[in-house]
Amino acid sequence: MKTASFETLSESRAEVPVTFAGQELMLPEGANLAAALLAAGITTFRHTPTSGAPRAPFCMMGACFDCVVEVDGITRQACMLTVTEGLTISMPQEGADGS
Amino acid sequence: MDHDLAILGAGPAGLAAARTAAECGLSVVLLDEQSTPGGQIYRDVDRVAPLRGDILGQDYTEGRTLTQSLTTPGITHITGATVWAIEEGQRISYTREGRGAQLSAGHILIATGALERPMPLPGWTLPGVMTAGAAQILLKQSGTLARRAVLVGCGPLLYLIGAQMLRAGTPPLALVETQTRGDSLRALRHAPGILRGWRYALKGLKMLADLRRAGVPRHTAAHDIRITGTDRAEGVEFTAKGQTRTIACDTVLLHHGVTPNTQAARSIDIPHHWDARQACYQPQTDAWGGTTLPTVHIAGDGAGIGGAKAASLAGQIAALDIAHHAGRLPIGDRDLKARPLLRRLSAERAPRAFLDTAYPPFAQALTPDDSTIVCRCEEVTAGDIRRFATMGCNGPNQAKAFGRAGMGPCQGRYCGLTVSALLATANGQDMDETGYYRIRPPLKPVTLGELAAMDTAQDAAE
Ligand code: FES
Repeated sequence: MKTASFETLSESRAEVPVTFAGQELMLPEGANLAAALLAAGITTFRHTPTSGAPRAPFCMMGACFDCVVEVDGITRQACMLTVTEGLTISMPQEGADGS
Repeated sequence: MDHDLAILGAGPAGLAAARTAAECGLSVVLLDEQSTPGGQIYRDVDRVAPLRGDILGQDYTEGRTLTQSLTTPGITHITGATVWAIEEGQRISYTREGRGAQLSAGHILIATGALERPMPLPGWTLPGVMTAGAAQILLKQSGTLARRAVLVGCGPLLYLIGAQMLRAGTPPLALVETQTRGDSLRALRHAPGILRGWRYALKGLKMLADLRRAGVPRHTAAHDIRITGTDRAEGVEFTAKGQTRTIACDTVLLHHGVTPNTQAARSIDIPHHWDARQACYQPQTDAWGGTTLPTVHIAGDGAGIGGAKAASLAGQIAALDIAHHAGRLPIGDRDLKARPLLRRLSAERAPRAFLDTAYPPFAQALTPDDSTIVCRCEEVTAGDIRRFATMGCNGPNQAKAFGRAGMGPCQGRYCGLTVSALLATANGQDMDETGYYRIRPPLKPVTLGELAAMDTAQDAAE
């Protein structure tokens, strides 16, 4: 995507469809999910339960929980997940911050 | 006991320790959150070194000699494992692929490495703001680079990521550095250390020269730094040499050093002490990495920041001591094998004093101004913490009760040091008197589903 703040050096991975917050995306299969979403131009991963402020990956190592998304109804850290075909990702519900 | 030794973390310390212990005849289990070995410093190195080793450099690709340790017979590597409890110094609870599991081991080695030092600046919670370490992980594991990034803070890692971005064809827009001339002068006192570590010094100078040649502007002694933007980062505003300016960008990468990740050690009540030069708490360990608990050792950056090479040496030293205590290595053999390792370790540590003094943490981010968020999870500001202090809050654990600071899912990993520093300053106490959050399991959030799927259900009840 031209407008994304991130770009990825080509690695010849097959692209597979996933949805993020209702939006269809083609992401490289087997790639790190947080990295793939950033490279696809996603800037906000969730909103905080306290003030509703937007958040996106901060540490990329599973420590900050700012990349938390919901996959199959379970809150997961996007930076600790791998892209698989048909992944359905949503922003976590208000109040669900992974705790 | 399922194993002689369980190691937490497959970075340089954990990998080197696994090999040494296995060579001494111990059965070793190595638990790590990632799907491939290497830790953060050598993230995904086996797959990535042939792909973009030229960008990442030899210090990274060398990590393959460590990941090869795993071929030593007697090592079980459990990937994707999130450890959330250690009990009686011998039993470990973890989750893997949505299921809880437990194992026991005669000895435990904590090799959980470092975390980026929290750098709370106005606007640091905006999307587009990341740690420099996060940018490195993105580049290593995924080959993903920020197109328009400003690097903010200080220290060798900032130069390293800048140089790597340059080699990848996406140089940073600018470096906004916080160290001052006074810091450089003070660091000269430790010049003998940097002479012993001249290889590092040369590498640093080479990276700086590359950045200069590419025309990447450097602004030093920057202060009053804030990240602008409403829904995402749009620029970095700062003052340097009496001039205030803003650099427009999409991504801000923060770094002013790393600190030991002490969550696991704290959860089992190993005492920690403030180290003024490194400006962080360190677990109390002896020369072998042994702790106050006879079955628990700590090695690598988690015991005090020394870098990857020091970590792998410390891992081997700890493994020799563990092998001795497990009855597999006579004390004389332990000492004989450890001698050259200890000598190399002290050489590796020699440049630390110079680096720590030349690139001290950014003072305005250690005790930020009132409106800056310090606890990212619960959105507690520095002003809130100061207000708690006037209401009688004299320690971080009380701050939880006053305003939920440190109670979010990150469990204080990115606010703990700031909250302690703010309270210490407000109450006129030192960092040891003020102390740190009391860390209790679970170390990472565990879902009910994961507990229900636990292999040994009754053990998880407590
Ligand atoms: S980005 Fe910090 S936990 Fe994923």
